[in-house]
Amino acid sequence: MQQIAKTRPLTLADVTIRLAERTLLAVSATVMPGEVLTIMGPSGSGKSALLAFAGGFLDPAFDASGRLLIGKVDVTDIPANRRHAGILFQDPLLFPHLSVGGNIVFAIPPSIKGHNARRALAGQALDEVGLAGFFDRDPETLSGGQKARVALQRVLVSAPHFLLLDEPFSKLDAALRQQMRELVFSRAKAAGLPAILVTHDSADAEAAGGRVIEIGGEEKA
Amino acid sequence: MIGRARKILMAATLTLGLAGEASATDAGNWDAVVAEAKGQTVYFNAWGGSENINAYVRWAGGEMKSRYGVDVVHVKLDDTAKAVATVVAEKAAGKNDGGAVDLIWINGENFAAMKREGLLFSPGWATKLPNWRYVDHETKATVLRDFTIPAEGLESPWGGAKLVFFHDSARTRKADLPDSATGLMKWAEANPGRFSYPQPPDFTGTSFLKQVLIELIDDKTKLQRPIDDTTFAADAAPLFAYLDKLTPLLWRQGKAYPQNYPDMKQKLADGELDIIFAFNPAEASSAIANGELPETVRSFVFSGGTLGNTHFLAIPYNATAKAGALLLADFLLSPEAQLRKQDPKIWGDPTVLSLAKLSAENRSAFENLDLGLATLRPDELGPALDEPHPDWMTRIEAEWIRRYGAAN
Amino acid sequence: MGRPIRIKALQTGSHGLTTNTLLALLLGLPILAGVAGIILPAFGYLPALGGLRFTLSHFAELAGQPHILRSSLTGLTTGLATTCAAVAITGTFVAGFAGMPAFSRIQHLVSPLLAVPHAAAAFALAFLVAPSGFLVRLVSPELTGFTRPPQWLIPNDPVGLSMVAGLITKEVPFLFLIALAALPQLPLRQSRQLTAALGYGRLSGFLISLWPALYRRIRLAVFAVLVYSVSVVDVAIILGPQLPATLPVRIAQWTADHDLGARFLASAAALLQLAVVLAAVVIWLLIERLGRFGLARLTYSGRRLRNDGVPRLVSAFVMAACAALIFLGIAILGVWSIAGLWPFPNALPAKLTSQTWLRTLPQLWPALQTTIALALTAAALALLSAILLLHRNGADRGGNGPRYRLLYLPLLLPEISFVFGLQILFVSGGIKPAFGSVLAVHFLFVLPYVLLSLSAPWRELDPRFERIAAGFGRSALQILLTVRLPLLFRACLTAFAVGFSVSVSLYLPTLLIGAGRLTTIATEAVALSSGGDRRVIGVYALVQASLPFLAFLIASLAPQLLFRNRRAMRT
Repeated sequence: MQQIAKTRPLTLADVTIRLAERTLLAVSATVMPGEVLTIMGPSGSGKSALLAFAGGFLDPAFDASGRLLIGKVDVTDIPANRRHAGILFQDPLLFPHLSVGGNIVFAIPPSIKGHNARRALAGQALDEVGLAGFFDRDPETLSGGQKARVALQRVLVSAPHFLLLDEPFSKLDAALRQQMRELVFSRAKAAGLPAILVTHDSADAEAAGGRVIEIGGEEKA
Repeated sequence: MIGRARKILMAATLTLGLAGEASATDAGNWDAVVAEAKGQTVYFNAWGGSENINAYVRWAGGEMKSRYGVDVVHVKLDDTAKAVATVVAEKAAGKNDGGAVDLIWINGENFAAMKREGLLFSPGWATKLPNWRYVDHETKATVLRDFTIPAEGLESPWGGAKLVFFHDSARTRKADLPDSATGLMKWAEANPGRFSYPQPPDFTGTSFLKQVLIELIDDKTKLQRPIDDTTFAADAAPLFAYLDKLTPLLWRQGKAYPQNYPDMKQKLADGELDIIFAFNPAEASSAIANGELPETVRSFVFSGGTLGNTHFLAIPYNATAKAGALLLADFLLSPEAQLRKQDPKIWGDPTVLSLAKLSAENRSAFENLDLGLATLRPDELGPALDEPHPDWMTRIEAEWIRRYGAAN
Repeated sequence: MGRPIRIKALQTGSHGLTTNTLLALLLGLPILAGVAGIILPAFGYLPALGGLRFTLSHFAELAGQPHILRSSLTGLTTGLATTCAAVAITGTFVAGFAGMPAFSRIQHLVSPLLAVPHAAAAFALAFLVAPSGFLVRLVSPELTGFTRPPQWLIPNDPVGLSMVAGLITKEVPFLFLIALAALPQLPLRQSRQLTAALGYGRLSGFLISLWPALYRRIRLAVFAVLVYSVSVVDVAIILGPQLPATLPVRIAQWTADHDLGARFLASAAALLQLAVVLAAVVIWLLIERLGRFGLARLTYSGRRLRNDGVPRLVSAFVMAACAALIFLGIAILGVWSIAGLWPFPNALPAKLTSQTWLRTLPQLWPALQTTIALALTAAALALLSAILLLHRNGADRGGNGPRYRLLYLPLLLPEISFVFGLQILFVSGGIKPAFGSVLAVHFLFVLPYVLLSLSAPWRELDPRFERIAAGFGRSALQILLTVRLPLLFRACLTAFAVGFSVSVSLYLPTLLIGAGRLTTIATEAVALSSGGDRRVIGVYALVQASLPFLAFLIASLAPQLLFRNRRAMRT
């Protein structure tokens, strides 16, 4: 459902993030469509702050400099809700007040009009991950793996320009984790999305198969 | 524009020969009052602490609506002075018409204050009311002089009041009951902790102080005049000597007091007090009927007389619905309304009308009222002692608070 | 190198600051004006009564009032005693039990108390503990030998102990619930484990590790309790000393004095009351300092204080007793409302009758309608404003930001001091006492509580929900309406119910601004309480107490119905 032609590379140009005068990280990288850039580091290293910077919701306590480009467009000063960042967190964070299908419909861009068309698209998205017939279910009744798949499909139907993955597999059990890694990375590649993965698990980085930047401590990438 | 409109109006009233009267509501022109009142809403500010009185006001409101098309809203006060305060606040804000209060249930010091500050609808209108002709202003002096202050028609009489004592005949024998303030002291010595009075400045409480003052002062005529500062200490000395002696014999040794009459009534029912008193001779009967007091409660008075007064209705100078207020005041003075008011099953307040002036039919209706087993007949009520000048009340209240206002 | 930039938080609009300053001023100004409205008459300026010249004579007159010092001091000491006790009980209980099963049991018992109007709670207590009250009746004459009520000096004892007891039963639940809202922000479990591992008792461990942070978060509420207890009128009338009464009660009497000149005196006294409140605040600041000093001593002494069973049990007992007393008292109010003759020492009335209800209901009905209309509108407006404020500024600043301090003025200033001035202001402005003006004043009092109630859940909502939605391209307003508000549906309803309850219990503002034209259950109940008829008081107190319960019941049932197919939304 995602046109590869539309996706463009994501560039972090001299991005430096500081907290109280202390430099946490400095990154320069361009992530090509379909590529996953992995940022690895211990907690407190500022890797989540980098995601927040890219997503447009960095806490004002941090000082950030540098630019964020999508293709050639500078989106550094664009508010979060116009950046089209698709985010996956540790938790699936399905909206508990909506049905499973409602969660997906909520994410579909407004350019797709008509109740039936939107519903059909959501149904198709559920179908793709083996959740056909789950449309009217309460998200709370789903298993952990099912929730994770809904969360993934929800991000993908929103037609994001890039993906931000904030340790999305860390709370899954081992078997499920491997399954989800494959699913997420294959679908991200298929959609031709540039993605930034933040993790402290080197198995994640291996599965992602892209460049790895290690941050934290005295190391600078 | 406004100037021209006013000129046209002036011309119109002049040609009609109504100049000077058209601008104000006039009780002398009753048909005009009735016509003007139709559709008005009268905000009747009256003490709302008694459910049977509230029910009576509700009844009157219903009658006013069906007979005259006047809406009556009972603004229930816990203290009449609150209504006075409202008028004061309005005057402070320069709100000289369209005021929030249309009719006030009033007497004594509140009336004196409003009269003094020019807060009353004037000139006098009460004696121009159609039902004034039934009022007993010949034998009931308090109808014309409210706590010695001349009413001058600025307030219309509504009902009478007289201090009456109650006791529970199951606990206290009739033979042991006191017959004077001095007798009450002896009784209290024999029964410590079983008598008290509402804490001044509660109205019923100060009435008790006035009763004692009237009985004990050397020259009763002094009480009809404002206080003479040079002799006040000596004049009041017997009262305070009496209270000094009585206080340790009171309920809780005078370290706390009942807050008002209904509080005393509850304490009589609970057995905390043995003798209580009220300013309404029918109170005991209606309390028995309501299950608030046992059926063994009876009334008594002092043979030397007890305090008596009249309560009134007054209209603020800035009232919005003056015509409606006049109409309501007149209706409440009608034989029909007064009869209901005296009926102990409804209220039980003595009428201000003269039975002699009523039609034979109305007269016999009054005479045939069943006053209830705890209510004294009019001829058993004993002499009425006149209210002192309001000055006395204010000073005695202040002095009481200074002396007894801090329990240790 | 790009120029240094600051990323703006998602919700902070660039106009947020001015909007909120304006809003806070709009709400704070009437209160400041109300204060001005007493300052002028206090110095002799009230043209309608011939007061045209500035003078200090009214303060001299005030000083000459009998027992004025004692009145001021009893108000001050009862207020301070109430606050000390309430903080100590709440603190000990939270420290001793937070995180334990007993905690949630007591929590469920105590929470509904917040909804009971102060006057109804005071009546409930008085009906129980008076010498002729239910508790003595229960054991008389069998155990006590009393066939007539004993001559005990309660309630209304000269020192104000019964008043302190009455206030504690209401203020402890208030502080407790505020503390409850702040607790999730603290690392409770970790600190507990740490201090336990170091060998500290539950109380001392909590005191050292968490209390300072918790106290910071409930401090505003503590000051609200202090100011309220020092200035309370209705509870003081019902339970407080009468010889002399506390200063606020005497001011209330002076504002209604037959001698019209007493308005000046009342204004001067209202200023004095402000000074008393200020003194109470200063003393409290000293107590805080002492507390900090004591805590520092304890911390550095390293004493473990493991034997803290007694204070913990006492605090739990007091918490439970607060609830038990009020609920039993309300039940007794209910029995009185259907009682026929009920002489001492009978534990139950000899006869039951529906007469009181039948007699009272027709008269109660219009007041009930006004009460509900006022409470619904005030709570709805306050909820809307609170959502707006929190949306523009975020919860962190909403709770503690300096711009919001004005909003809390109604809680931090004695009611009697500014509502009286506000009355003059309203009349001067030609504003007729009507639904609108009373509603405006209710709004002033309701908003702070609604804001307090909503800001904690607002802050605690996982921000990642909104980040995800922003990633989907939703606007801030869309996110508010489709994500945040639905997720906070229950919290909004609870805040609404809180606002509703506050409005239902407002007496003085309704009376003064409504000028008696707008009667609510609260004004009717207090007017009737001067009539002392326990049966009618029973009816009114029961109705007044049940309204907030109804609101909270709806607030807890509505999510069950609306989200019956969404498990996570029902709890």
